[in-house]
Amino acid sequence: MNTKRGLLPGAHFLNGDIACAEGAVAAGCRFFAGYPITPATEIAEHLSERMPEFGGIYVQMEDEIASMAAVIGASYSGLKSMTATSGPGFSLMQENIGLAVMTETPCVIVDIMRGGPSTGQPTLPSQQDVMQARWGSHGDYEIIALSPCSVQEMFTLTVEAFNLAEMYRVPVMLMGDEIVGHMWEKVLIPSADRLSIVNRKKPKVSPEEYLPFKPDADLVPPMACFGEGYHFHATGLTHNEHGYPQTQSAETQFKLVHRLCDKILKNVDKIIKVEETMLDDAEVVVFAYGIVARSALSAVRKARAEGIKAGLLRPITLWPFPEKQVAKMAKQAKAFVVPEMNCGQLVHEVERWTKETPVTFLSKFGEEPHTPLEILEAIRRSR
Amino acid sequence: MDKEILEHPLSKYLRTDMMPNIWCPGCGNGIVLNCFVHALDELKADLNKLVVISGIGCIGRTAGYTNTDSFHTTHGRSIAFATGVKLANPELDIVIVSGDGDLFAIGGNHFIHAARRNIGLKVICVNNFNYGMTGGQLGPTTPLDAVTTTSPYGNSEHPFNLVHLAAASGAIYVARWTTLHVRRLTQSIKKMMQKEGFCFIEVISPCPEVFGRRNKLKSGMDMMEMFKKVAVVESFSDPARADITPDKIVVGEFVDIEKMSYEKLFHEKIAQINERAMEKVS
Repeated sequence: MNTKRGLLPGAHFLNGDIACAEGAVAAGCRFFAGYPITPATEIAEHLSERMPEFGGIYVQMEDEIASMAAVIGASYSGLKSMTATSGPGFSLMQENIGLAVMTETPCVIVDIMRGGPSTGQPTLPSQQDVMQARWGSHGDYEIIALSPCSVQEMFTLTVEAFNLAEMYRVPVMLMGDEIVGHMWEKVLIPSADRLSIVNRKKPKVSPEEYLPFKPDADLVPPMACFGEGYHFHATGLTHNEHGYPQTQSAETQFKLVHRLCDKILKNVDKIIKVEETMLDDAEVVVFAYGIVARSALSAVRKARAEGIKAGLLRPITLWPFPEKQVAKMAKQAKAFVVPEMNCGQLVHEVERWTKETPVTFLSKFGEEPHTPLEILEAIRRSR
Repeated sequence: MDKEILEHPLSKYLRTDMMPNIWCPGCGNGIVLNCFVHALDELKADLNKLVVISGIGCIGRTAGYTNTDSFHTTHGRSIAFATGVKLANPELDIVIVSGDGDLFAIGGNHFIHAARRNIGLKVICVNNFNYGMTGGQLGPTTPLDAVTTTSPYGNSEHPFNLVHLAAASGAIYVARWTTLHVRRLTQSIKKMMQKEGFCFIEVISPCPEVFGRRNKLKSGMDMMEMFKKVAVVESFSDPARADITPDKIVVGEFVDIEKMSYEKLFHEKIAQINERAMEKVS
């Protein structure tokens, strides 16, 4: 299948959900399984129209549990696969996200965050699922989660999410919020030759020699798919390099879980991306992500105009957490300001790495994100 | 004297390095696996095109024992997983082998929707009337009044009639056998493998260790004797009347019809849209 087909290079006026769908198309995604849910439905609607134009599959499953299972199945059939949802659906997907981690399935999960808990506020934004992205499934594991702050990033980070998923054989989560999902902005879609696309490593050995969970030096095993003649087995049980269950072996469990974590943790320098704005001499660091970072940027500029040395540290990668970047700024800055649309989630991660540097947390949720003035006021107070 | 090592003619279908299996003495799972590999052999099935998928439970280990591409999913999700596999690569032949609890309690919703869509999945449900792996709890097929570890005073829940459920949900092939009916079961699996669409075979199977011994059927042989006594072949009788009672287990084929499969309908549509899109480009 020609993965370059379907790409629409040029300037477009899109909302974030549609930009995400086009990002999936550009990344070579050829399978979407999902269940309608506000505020992520437009991703499904758009892909149901677009996918068949170049031979891709859109399937609407009976629930989000099934959607996540089908995504894993399609990825093992060799297609780049994704689903998109919001809080309640994200909760239902968690068990099979664990299966994707355990069976090292490349796949992308988009969560357009709305207000929770439970059915909460279907049409309003939040950042209440960022800890769930990290810890939602049971057991110890590492995933990758990205945070877009614009419609353009809904496109580019969806492409990036697929690349990371394919590179590390791990579920990658795109943690948007209702505003970046529904807001309309200009999006530039690059031509195919300017898009960097990563595809999973394939086995270089014969089926007789192939061990489906034997990693290369980068800790990632090459991936055979169904129907390619490798006759491999995969299971959610603790397994050895053959993929065979070894549920009573402490050694197998220890080795497997550590490798699943280490293939991410040992590559954090390659994975983690942050945007640093006016941080060179910053005394007050605002740590903000998603739509809140847009307000924070405005607040930082206003603070500079007032003579306050403020800067913005915007994590594009939420997980693995950019702890080095926070720790580095904590040595230089006098204070941190962390605005989030929740009761305090990533702020606790920030506090783990700022040590003695005081952190002001700004909680706001239920309707709109923080205004620049609200963040500016916190900057003024904390200098 | 060197002994000549003979290989069993069917061992190529099995991952012999996974043996011995985990199943108890008297369990019917081995009989089902045996019928399945015999069916594959008689069909000369292309093992490179076959994917065996299971959920969780004793019979769920089948995927690991068959020497094909295989996947052991989360509890109840084998059909949902397989839906992704089949749509992404319709050339693959997919057989799901799983238990009654896995497919009809936790996974019941996926079953009815896959049958409704008529996606080309071949489902073998080994029904042992309880949750064997966790030690014998009641499930959606446990007969009324049966004693299990979680119905110590006898079961008060009405069980599913699985062949009725499958037929009503839209399956194009529905059969029920017991592990006593090995030849008919093998023929049924062969027939199912050659059909296009959603197919279902229920196999009533003994679980002496954790079900039988609490219900006056102490050994696998006792349960097989019971099957012999109460099983009645009534092929193409009304699935709604194929209840399982202490006096009668209706077995046979119940549905054998043709209906366009979901993947065929879907991929034909994609081909048309694709063609139109290509015309637009050129």
